[in-house]
Amino acid sequence: MSFSDIYLLWSDSPAISAVIWSIIIMILTYLARDPMHKIIEAFSGGAKHAFQQAADALLGSSQKLAERNREVLVAAGMEASERLIEREFSRIDTIVHRDLAEYPTLHRKISDVVTHIDEDYKSSAEAPPEAPGWGKAIDAVANIQANKGDPMVGQVLQSIHGSMEKSHQHVLEEYRKSSRTRHMLLKKMRPFWRRMDGDLKQVNEKVTGLLERSAVIDQKMDEYENIVAKTDGAVRTLSSSSLTQFFIAGFVLAIAVGGAMINFNLIARPMQEMVGGSGMLMGYKTANIAALVIILVEVAMGLFLMESLRITRLFPVIGSMRDEMRVRMIWITFSILLILASVEAGLAYMREILSQDDAALRASLIAGGSEVAVNAQRWITTAAQMGMGFILPFALVFVAIPLESFIHSSRTVLGMAGVGMLRGLAFVMSMIAGASHYAGAALISLYDLIIFVPLWVEGLVKGKSGSEPKKGLDIFGSQAAKEV
Amino acid sequence: MKKIIIPMFAVMALLLAGCTNKPEVPNTHGVYMLLDTSGTYTNELKKAQLIINYTLAKLNPGDTFAVARVDTGSFSEKDIVAKVTFDDRPSMANRQKLKFRDDIDRFVKSVKPSAYTDITGGMLQAIEYLNEAGVGKKTVLIFSDLKEELKKGYVRDIPLQVGGFDVVALNVTKLRSDNVDPREYMDRLTMWQKRVESGEGSWRVINDLERLEPVIIN
Repeated sequence: MSFSDIYLLWSDSPAISAVIWSIIIMILTYLARDPMHKIIEAFSGGAKHAFQQAADALLGSSQKLAERNREVLVAAGMEASERLIEREFSRIDTIVHRDLAEYPTLHRKISDVVTHIDEDYKSSAEAPPEAPGWGKAIDAVANIQANKGDPMVGQVLQSIHGSMEKSHQHVLEEYRKSSRTRHMLLKKMRPFWRRMDGDLKQVNEKVTGLLERSAVIDQKMDEYENIVAKTDGAVRTLSSSSLTQFFIAGFVLAIAVGGAMINFNLIARPMQEMVGGSGMLMGYKTANIAALVIILVEVAMGLFLMESLRITRLFPVIGSMRDEMRVRMIWITFSILLILASVEAGLAYMREILSQDDAALRASLIAGGSEVAVNAQRWITTAAQMGMGFILPFALVFVAIPLESFIHSSRTVLGMAGVGMLRGLAFVMSMIAGASHYAGAALISLYDLIIFVPLWVEGLVKGKSGSEPKKGLDIFGSQAAKEV
Repeated sequence: MKKIIIPMFAVMALLLAGCTNKPEVPNTHGVYMLLDTSGTYTNELKKAQLIINYTLAKLNPGDTFAVARVDTGSFSEKDIVAKVTFDDRPSMANRQKLKFRDDIDRFVKSVKPSAYTDITGGMLQAIEYLNEAGVGKKTVLIFSDLKEELKKGYVRDIPLQVGGFDVVALNVTKLRSDNVDPREYMDRLTMWQKRVESGEGSWRVINDLERLEPVIIN
């Protein structure tokens, strides 16, 4: 039985059949209304709850990840802060050892100078000239009322006056002499004063330097305390610092990769002379792999050197080695780097020879045997290539510093990206949950729209009988409440 | 110590070897050039010399190159004028190239025209040589007018097994009879194309030597 046979079951006229079928479908749909509503509600409600739960789970995960990030950030910040404080203390230690170790000597010097000045000062104290002991007697004699014209008295007084004058002259002379001596002593004191002034200035500078360092330590300690207290401000500062570090370190690493590529091109061609030009390893030329391995070994040696120098802290094992062992490691890594740099310089020279050889061969084969003109200034490029070959391995050593920053900051940045992604997913899940809820409501309304005629009739009948007609649209509100 | 190191290297070698499932195809290129020395075509050998020099300049260390003459009976090692597999070291390969060029120069100076042209015999020799060399890419250059003239008694209606071979006809000059009836020239080219393609090889004709580069460069 075909579709058209079923369709025209009631009448040969398609229009009448359509009407009959519509009525039948409408009645059946009307009868199946309640179970269909429940099915749609169950599906949309189920989907809503599932997506909402997924969204909640994702939000929970994002919160956990954010907390973990915060912990990581704080731990990294604490470590960095501790390193800075340690360095400041180390600087203070250096200042104390270098400058203040001399303080006892300086103190002794100042003390000596002060003693000297004190002695000089005492020596230069003004001693009043001693008055002659018979002065009063002379005064008394001088006050005697002498008779006029008594030559005897006049002579005596004249004699006394002369003696007085003489004594006065003598005392004045003595006083001047002692004053001169005092002035000489005070003059001799001047360089001592200056020396003391210089010494005190020196002390002042050193103490000021120490105070400045201690102010820096105070600031760092405040920051450290904030980090330990996990304040929002400290975490924000650390996050922004971490992002900045990530991008700066990434930029420097990109430069380093450029340098490594130049280095690679410098040694890949002459490497064919060592390992052959046709061998393949995993689909790549063996010579290229060998050149790459040399560069990677150089980078690895650079990492170890930086670790041994305690500039980076990527390998705790190296950092915690005994100093003697560490120094040995510094020398070993440096020696290997020096050897590799020399090898690269040699390979760069070989590259130049090979390119000359190739040019000569091409000229000989293609240009009909004409000799290649040798450029007199060719030694410049040769020397430049050799120089680059020697310097680049040492330049690559410093890759360790941005690499460390990149690795440390990437933990935070990746964590932040993860949190962002989880929150985005949670948002999408919430959206889908909401959409499934409203899709269910829309489907029920659409269903009721198809059977609006029986619903209208039902309304009329129930209106007459006084009972309330069924409401189709309010599925999650009043109907649910009724069920409860 | 040895007990640890040797198995460690063995495991590493196995790991390296196991990284690729496909058997390793050598990255080398083998070129076999057939030089037609029959009749007036000998005059074209100067051009062939240029092609040989160009090919030498473009081949890399590890590649294989052989030049053979096409004469009355070309299915013979004796017809190989010069052959070389370049050393892995570029400097050594350069020296080999210079020596190869000198060998060819000597041959061109002393070559005498042959009475017959056994191109099929030369092709068979080329296939055998390149298969034996075990190269990754195989190219046969035929420097000829493609007019085969066999001596009586020589059997050459043998299918060519050139699967994986690039067969390139170079400098296919038009004969006087071709000018009279160009269909002869076209039929000749079609016949060789059919023979090569039925043997699962690829066929190409290059008369403008500037288009040779993609054929030679691996």
